[in-house]
Amino acid sequence: MTISEVPTSPLAASLASARLAVKVRNASVIYQTADTPVHALERIDLDINEGEFVALIGPSGCGKTTLMRVIADLEKISGGEVLVNGVTPHEARLARAYGYVFQAPALFPWRTVLANVTLPLQIQGRSKADSKDIALEHLARVGLTGFEGKYPWQLSGGMQQRVSIARALSFEPKILMMDEPFGALDEITRDRLNEQLQQLWQRERRTVVFVTHSIAEAVYLATRIVVMSPRPGRIVKVIESPLPDERHLGLRDSPEFIAVAHAVREALADGHHD
Amino acid sequence: MGTMTDTAFKRGVAEFRRQGVPVAAMLLLVLLAWYGGTWALNAPGAIERVLPPDGAWTWQDLLAATMDMQRPVLPAPHQVALDFWSSLVDWPLDSPRNLMYHVAVTAESTLWGFVMGTILGLVLSVCIVHSRTLDRALLPWIVASQTVPVLAIAPIVLVILGSLGFSGVAPKAVIAMYLCFFPVTVAMVQGLRSPQVIETEMMHTYAASRWQALWLLRLPSALPFLFPALRVGIAAGLVGAMVAELPTGAVAGLGARLLTGSYYGNTIQIWSALVMSALLGLALTSVVALVERAMLRHRHQP
Repeated sequence: MTISEVPTSPLAASLASARLAVKVRNASVIYQTADTPVHALERIDLDINEGEFVALIGPSGCGKTTLMRVIADLEKISGGEVLVNGVTPHEARLARAYGYVFQAPALFPWRTVLANVTLPLQIQGRSKADSKDIALEHLARVGLTGFEGKYPWQLSGGMQQRVSIARALSFEPKILMMDEPFGALDEITRDRLNEQLQQLWQRERRTVVFVTHSIAEAVYLATRIVVMSPRPGRIVKVIESPLPDERHLGLRDSPEFIAVAHAVREALADGHHD
Repeated sequence: MGTMTDTAFKRGVAEFRRQGVPVAAMLLLVLLAWYGGTWALNAPGAIERVLPPDGAWTWQDLLAATMDMQRPVLPAPHQVALDFWSSLVDWPLDSPRNLMYHVAVTAESTLWGFVMGTILGLVLSVCIVHSRTLDRALLPWIVASQTVPVLAIAPIVLVILGSLGFSGVAPKAVIAMYLCFFPVTVAMVQGLRSPQVIETEMMHTYAASRWQALWLLRLPSALPFLFPALRVGIAAGLVGAMVAELPTGAVAGLGARLLTGSYYGNTIQIWSALVMSALLGLALTSVVALVERAMLRHRHQP
């Protein structure tokens, strides 16, 4: 036995991957259409560490949503390997490893705000009293104390999406996945929610995977920005953000912020020229 | 205080103008047409049987005679109203002469049929939605079942269930169920499939079981589809229950009342029973509508 073998021993490998929230190796997704197969994702490699805030950005059809859906076990890979917390996406989903926030709030109109947030807890069989306490706590974290008795239609679009974030976080998943969660909101609401989400991440340091097509949003929120390109869907560049973890909206006018945004824009343009 | 009742009064008047006036105008038109029809249809019979054969009568005599026939072709509205009222007040509730007695008999089989039909419809729709095989196997039969006229099915069901020892309410309820389950099944299949992809995927990310998805998402989503079907279903069940009373020898129930009326040419009795069955249908659907309003009151979609 030589020393060089030690890091590749199963124990060491599992220790190393324990710090990895998501590991994607050589993953491809191919849709069979009538005439030609479509490569939604081609040979994707990506590691996401625990506590990272990763933004997936790119034009429509670049596979950013597909990549996240693959990680969330909402889509199957045609080839390669995907591990979430060291297990397959399917096992990770059954272990409730992640909370998923969709483009639309998808609140059930027949449930109150509180009952919408307790839904995942109810599915997990938690007691009613526990669920209520937990849900109220999470509603407070997204600034919706006092709205628990309302019905979704009584809330604005921004508030509805905050309820859906509280719902996704109610069972304390290790990973939070967000698919253009603020895409349907006006810019002012969006800015405010970005600020709140950033503060939420700072407090809890939960792993976040965030899909967006807004450069400003990606740069403001993410610690790492993954730039993707379409036909076939692939990663063209991964940009480590030099910005401090503690951020405020005023940062967006700083030279550092503008430099990162510029780098992202360049990468997007490169991907487009290929 | 005075101004408050004043505004309430004004609002009441406005509400009446908006809703009450059209209804009242329509009712007046119907009554006029009915009286016109009574006169026209009964005139030949009145001339032949009631008025003096020598022709010594005026048009007033003719009008009076058509409005007060023993066995009119079309009874006048006031004749029906009088017969209806007298059956309610002149006889005890357990007398077959009292229409409420028949209402109770028919309502009982209607409600049993409605409950059984709704349960059958729910079970069938859940099976259909959860199994592609059952979807293809059951749905054509369910549709085909409704092309067989209930009038043909009723005697068969009565004979078969009778030979098995079921009599009274059970066979009638089964026939009511036969008409009830169909709208419920069709609406629930549609309703259970109404959740959006995003809602289904959300339940998937929570690792919800099929039963949890059914109970927490599909069933609540289907309620707005269910209630209109229940309103149709309970009215259809009433028709089924009345048809089922016909071949049983017409002992009791509104259907039986209709049949005995026609046996003896008692048209006034037929019409009272008819009005009563319409009122019963209206009452039953209203109860369903009230439950619907209570259950869906929070689902306000602006």
